[in-house]
Amino acid sequence: MEFFRIKKDIPFMKHALIFNAISFITFALAVFFLFSRGLHLSVEFTGGTVMEVAYSQPADLATVRKAVSDLGYQDVQVQNFGTARDVMIRLPVQKGVTSAQQSERVITALKAADPQVTLRRNEFVGPQVGDELVKGGLMALGMVVLGIVIYLAFRFEWKFGVAGIIANLHDVVIILGFFAFFQWEFSLSVLAAVLAVLGYSVNESVVIFDRIREAFRRFRKMNTHEVIDHAITSTMSRTIITHASTEAMVLSMFFFGGPSLHYFALALTIGILFGIYSSVFVAAAIAMWLGVKREDLMKSTRSETDPNDPNAGAVV
Amino acid sequence: MNRFPIWKYAILVVALLVGVIYTLPNFFGEAPAVQVSSAKSTIKVDAAVEERVREAIKAAGVTTDLLQLEGASVRARFDTPDNQLKAKDAIEKALIPDPQDPAYIVALNLVSRSPAWLSAIHAAPMYLGLDLRGGVHFMLQVDMQAALTKKAESYAGDLRSSMRDKNIRHGGISREGQNIEIHLRDEATLTAARNLIADQFPDLQTSVSQDADGGQLLRASIKPEATRRVQEQALKQNITTLHNRINELGVAEPVIQQQGLDRIVVQLPGVQDTAKAKEILGRTATLEVRMVDEGTEARAAEIGRGVVPFGDEKYLDRNAQAVIVKKQVVLTGENLTDAQPGFDGQTQEPTVNLTLDAKGSRIFKDITRENVGKRMAIVLFEKGKGEVVTAPVIRSEIGGGRVQISGRMTTMEANDTALLLRAGSLAAPMEIIEEFTIGPSLGADNIARGIHSVVWGMLAIVVFMCFYYMLFGVFSSIALSVNILMLLAVLSMLQATLTLPGIAAMALALGVAIDSNVLINERIREELREGASPQMAIHTGYERAWATILDSNVTTLIAGLALLAFGSGPVRGFAVVHVLGILTSMFSAVFFSRGLVNLWYGGKKRLKSLSIGQIWKPEASGTSVASVK
Repeated sequence: MEFFRIKKDIPFMKHALIFNAISFITFALAVFFLFSRGLHLSVEFTGGTVMEVAYSQPADLATVRKAVSDLGYQDVQVQNFGTARDVMIRLPVQKGVTSAQQSERVITALKAADPQVTLRRNEFVGPQVGDELVKGGLMALGMVVLGIVIYLAFRFEWKFGVAGIIANLHDVVIILGFFAFFQWEFSLSVLAAVLAVLGYSVNESVVIFDRIREAFRRFRKMNTHEVIDHAITSTMSRTIITHASTEAMVLSMFFFGGPSLHYFALALTIGILFGIYSSVFVAAAIAMWLGVKREDLMKSTRSETDPNDPNAGAVV
Repeated sequence: MNRFPIWKYAILVVALLVGVIYTLPNFFGEAPAVQVSSAKSTIKVDAAVEERVREAIKAAGVTTDLLQLEGASVRARFDTPDNQLKAKDAIEKALIPDPQDPAYIVALNLVSRSPAWLSAIHAAPMYLGLDLRGGVHFMLQVDMQAALTKKAESYAGDLRSSMRDKNIRHGGISREGQNIEIHLRDEATLTAARNLIADQFPDLQTSVSQDADGGQLLRASIKPEATRRVQEQALKQNITTLHNRINELGVAEPVIQQQGLDRIVVQLPGVQDTAKAKEILGRTATLEVRMVDEGTEARAAEIGRGVVPFGDEKYLDRNAQAVIVKKQVVLTGENLTDAQPGFDGQTQEPTVNLTLDAKGSRIFKDITRENVGKRMAIVLFEKGKGEVVTAPVIRSEIGGGRVQISGRMTTMEANDTALLLRAGSLAAPMEIIEEFTIGPSLGADNIARGIHSVVWGMLAIVVFMCFYYMLFGVFSSIALSVNILMLLAVLSMLQATLTLPGIAAMALALGVAIDSNVLINERIREELREGASPQMAIHTGYERAWATILDSNVTTLIAGLALLAFGSGPVRGFAVVHVLGILTSMFSAVFFSRGLVNLWYGGKKRLKSLSIGQIWKPEASGTSVASVK
């Protein structure tokens, strides 16, 4: 079985401008939503209390909401979580009341309404922790970006490094844009997924860059354009198969992983889909705009000089 | 060309064996057990205790399938929870004659069911994180500013007595924030005071300015390195105190760890009574011993007539009776090493026995000598509010650091007071800044969900790979299984804690690991398409794919390491597995799968074709790039 029977190199780079335009528009939209709607940050970042309670029958959210708001909490979120019997309650940080007292009071109030209710999970995060998480997350992002640019610059050339990282940062922004647009909850595990995607889709760019370098060496007659087209075409099959495999795993998490892994898997899915797009169409195109040349990749490879070349001059 | 020397195969076999052995303990599950540990620092759990436990179990008519002394605790394993409970009662009866003053803690626990020979080679199952087994997690922030303020206060007291000893006259010593201000009349006393500080208080630094009355103002502050030491000690002491308190809960495998400079993480797996745990942990108490002001003004204030005199403070005792105590702190909880309930040898009255450390003993001796007949108050501060635990009269000079508090107490009160005093020896107040409670059912659900995700995802990949790449797909699938085996083995060897994000990372690692095999297989197909011989195609396919695999894994590794360095909590759990998964995938996807391919094809001299799925060749039209060489 073989899915990809491509006779000729597909002239991707002819349409590079279009791809870049598409990228730019999605990117701009993502940034727009990020600023207009903002991220729906989880309690880990904002501080507050999250309680997960389970009922024996499908829960009536209105009653739960009333029971909680009767305690004097404003801005309480009550929603189903996973199944109709599980309810998630989010309370803001309250001054002067410890988390223990807070959750104790809520569960007592809920028990009064329905004695069948059980506490499945209770999570309290103080406001000072959130700030540090944001800082830590940004630091991690910065280190990943720096590390990857340096590695790619060292292994290939700075133009590839820059191209790779721009293409993949644009994935990250797009994932964030999705989370902002749909107001999905952005938690620590989503942050982990986003950073993992960054590493993973740079992967993809690396495979193509590798091919570009090889094609520059092997096909002396091709120009940069054709070399890039060839590289993308010949890695096409592997790109699709690999990503499909990874995506199979991610979908498995999405369907079987339960609510805790839901957004994690969702972030990975978006990341993988846009990762293919950006590393195939965007990274190579940016490298092209930056003007990669055969010479850029040739300088360190001395064995490339043909000893039988009559123009090479005498070897002393 | 596609043959491995024997030693390479040997490495593969050894790696596989080690992988299997160290993964094994994870599959045996856990059995109900009873754990006996010491409740007091003076009592050791040793072979003799093990023998007593063995006899108690035998006497109860219960059989245990494993009884061993591990570290500072004895564990007995049982087949059913019923037997576990019976044995627990029997052991408690045998080891603890007086439930009021238990020498041992007998707690229910779960231990691995894995056979003894596995434990003997240190093959143990991974720890399950709280999200997988249920329990409570707390992160506590230690209030370092309070610790420093307290230290400054105690320095102020020390300075006062030292200056009195040296006859240096001063116009008042007070603590302002974390500094100590000393008012001095003239240059001579200033120099004397400075020399005294330089001599006897190496942790203080001084600066001089003019005070409002034209005298000299000497300001002493704690040196930065001493500040750091105070903070470290405060944190250490709090951790010790937490250990003691949690021991009272009888939790099987509590985790109490320092995090950062001023935080403590406490994890109590399996604890269901979260209210009790919170109550014990949340008792953020500090303890101070101060003198009761016996002056007439103070007496008046005590019964509600007149204001509290300057330099004094009013606290209520547990019967809501006011006690006027001096602001100066004689001793803090830091100097108290132990507090136990007991009985007076002569009167048979219940007592509370305190043990002080060397410094505490010295101060206590001085203070009791000078204040016989007067009262001293032990004040417990909880969340900024002070309460007098007890205010006994000093009967005689007390040396040696062993203090007995007696008089008009019931046994119960003595117990409570001792507990409060012990609990009070926190060096600095703490605040819970993060807290999770995960019910046991959610934990079990999470395990099932995690396993399902991995299994179904892997199955989908394996089916596809075998279908698409035929025999090479089978090799890839075996390599993938080896990958997960190695990953589990490494995690078990490291005794890492597996969490739900960790399982997610495992699933993702498998999804990413297959990439290497896809790269290799595609490369081999490509070589075949370009007309290479099968043996040659395998050789160059692996060789060319390797460079790409290395590059792409390094970039993924960079992301993983950054997560590891800057992430916290669940992100770290994810990152550890992610990074290890990348490393094991390099071994399994490249080295191990090559081993399989070599074993299968390497010996075949006249190899005509490879079972790697259909190789479609484009028409040899000359325009096809693939045929250009």
